[in-house]
Amino acid sequence: MSLPELDPSSATLADNKKAEVFLSSAEAKPLSLKEMKTIAKRLRRHIITMTGKAGSGHPGGSLSAVEIITALYFKLLRHKPSDPQWAERDRFILSKGHAAPLLYAALAECGYFPVDELSTLRQLDSRLQGHTDRTLTPGVEMSAGALGQGLSFAIGIALSGRLNSQKHRVYVLLGDGECDEGQVWEGAMAAAHFKLDNLVAIVDNNGLQIDGWNRDVMNLDPFSEKWRAFGWRVIEVDGHDLSQLIDAFKQAKQVKGQPTVIIAHTIKGKGVSFMENKADFHGKAPNAAEVEIALKELE
Amino acid sequence: MPQEISLRETYGKTLVELGKENPNIVVLDADLSRSTMTQFFASEFPHRFFDCGIAEQNMVGIAAGLAASSKIPFASTFAVFAPGRCFDQIRMSIAQPRLNVKLVSTHGGISVGEDGTSHQSVEDLALICSLPGFTVIVPADAIETVQALRVAAATYGPFYIRICRPKVPLVYSEDYRFNLGKAVTMRQGKDVTVIAIGIMVAAALEAAGNLEQKGIDCHVLNMPTLKPIDEVAIIKAAAETGAIVTAEEHLEHGGLGSAVARVLARHHPVPIEFIAIKDTYAKSGKPAELLQRYGLTAKDIEQAVQAVVKKKG
Repeated sequence: MSLPELDPSSATLADNKKAEVFLSSAEAKPLSLKEMKTIAKRLRRHIITMTGKAGSGHPGGSLSAVEIITALYFKLLRHKPSDPQWAERDRFILSKGHAAPLLYAALAECGYFPVDELSTLRQLDSRLQGHTDRTLTPGVEMSAGALGQGLSFAIGIALSGRLNSQKHRVYVLLGDGECDEGQVWEGAMAAAHFKLDNLVAIVDNNGLQIDGWNRDVMNLDPFSEKWRAFGWRVIEVDGHDLSQLIDAFKQAKQVKGQPTVIIAHTIKGKGVSFMENKADFHGKAPNAAEVEIALKELE
Repeated sequence: MPQEISLRETYGKTLVELGKENPNIVVLDADLSRSTMTQFFASEFPHRFFDCGIAEQNMVGIAAGLAASSKIPFASTFAVFAPGRCFDQIRMSIAQPRLNVKLVSTHGGISVGEDGTSHQSVEDLALICSLPGFTVIVPADAIETVQALRVAAATYGPFYIRICRPKVPLVYSEDYRFNLGKAVTMRQGKDVTVIAIGIMVAAALEAAGNLEQKGIDCHVLNMPTLKPIDEVAIIKAAAETGAIVTAEEHLEHGGLGSAVARVLARHHPVPIEFIAIKDTYAKSGKPAELLQRYGLTAKDIEQAVQAVVKKKG
């Protein structure tokens, strides 16, 4: 049984030369909420198709962060897909490196590399490794996959930006389960200590980790209070509501003298009925029949 | 007796010089700046110094992030803690992406002394040499330390430089020039070659002097760049002297001895003896007492040389 193809008539942003102008300039006409929702759906379809074809990967935690990534890559980040190393770009660090399929989908849709390449996920010699690899993939800032390391890395970039009096901002996406790692809290302490108001952490708070619900495996609560106690400005949002996310990112820009964390309440596997709130689909790809059902749901 | 100089103090002073020359150099520490001597840099360039507190994993990640945005970070703590405590962070945040981070760890080996096992790093070279792409340097004295630091600052890529706690005697004169990846002939000889690193270089030279009186002509090589190791020099020494003794302040597994044995086994097998710590942890004691207890003195090298020479065909 062959896997369903993505609709070839759905033009990607990469096809649209104006996209580059928008993505690198604050003055250009922004995408409407409706257009962003269309992109979010396309990213979900990519995640299903990619992991389905690869036969392995992490759909659950990719699907939960789709709106977060859409808000960043298609609204807030100043970046140039034609020049991934542009010195003034905002940095996005994917600390939960297993959500690589989502990041790859967004980067491809932005034009960092051809959308066709998404089908090479996890294959030998592909630029799209199972977990992100900054040496291979245009637009990927960090080699991740060993959880807990991204916040520290982001702090280094934020410190460098401040030393150079650069205006770019640094965003880092963590999983909630990832916050079991002690290094996250070392970083949380340090970012507040260094008063890094050019740094924003986002927690994809889908409530699940591999062995089950966070509260059963390793309780993180009271979660927002922890961040507050560590010296962070905390903003809680519905992580599937693009308007709330965009507002939160805008609020974060106004915060001075401390870092901001956006705790985005999300649903693992969001958008695919049989994946929602299922820890099983953390690290399991859909089979061909499941791919077909999922893509139907995402039409 | 040659002059004894602290490598840590040398490190601290050299960092200040490097900091003056290159504004991109930044320094990180994990609450040990008074011991690693990064405090000199901290006083001179407070805005380019980041004390990360007692959080080595975070320090390594921050260093990687700084390197990913064009800074040249020197990150320091004790050798037991980096690489020991933050091995995965070094692996994924520095080694895999080949970022330009310079880890300079002090208090390597058992010459740390009275602090005991928890502070004596005897596995760090095995750990760090296992990481693809790392350049690993163990300087033998203050003169070599300055030059190795300068080369590390000027050469792109991840570096690990291991220095020890006590003062060590000079084995070089001021005109010495460190060459990355090259062994250094410290003494010419024809009967056997002692290959040493760090504080064991001075011990090897002392042993060679004593052995001369016993009619054994020792060749002595310093191997300051442990990785990538100078295979040509090792093969040449084996071919010319027919027997090798390695000497290091580290466990026998995974350090200099292992690296030399690998080269010899493949290219030029000759009898070999290993001066190293034998699969155990050391205890509290004065540095000299510990070096004696765990078999890391000139006398131990002499005995190993005599044993290996007997095995020559």
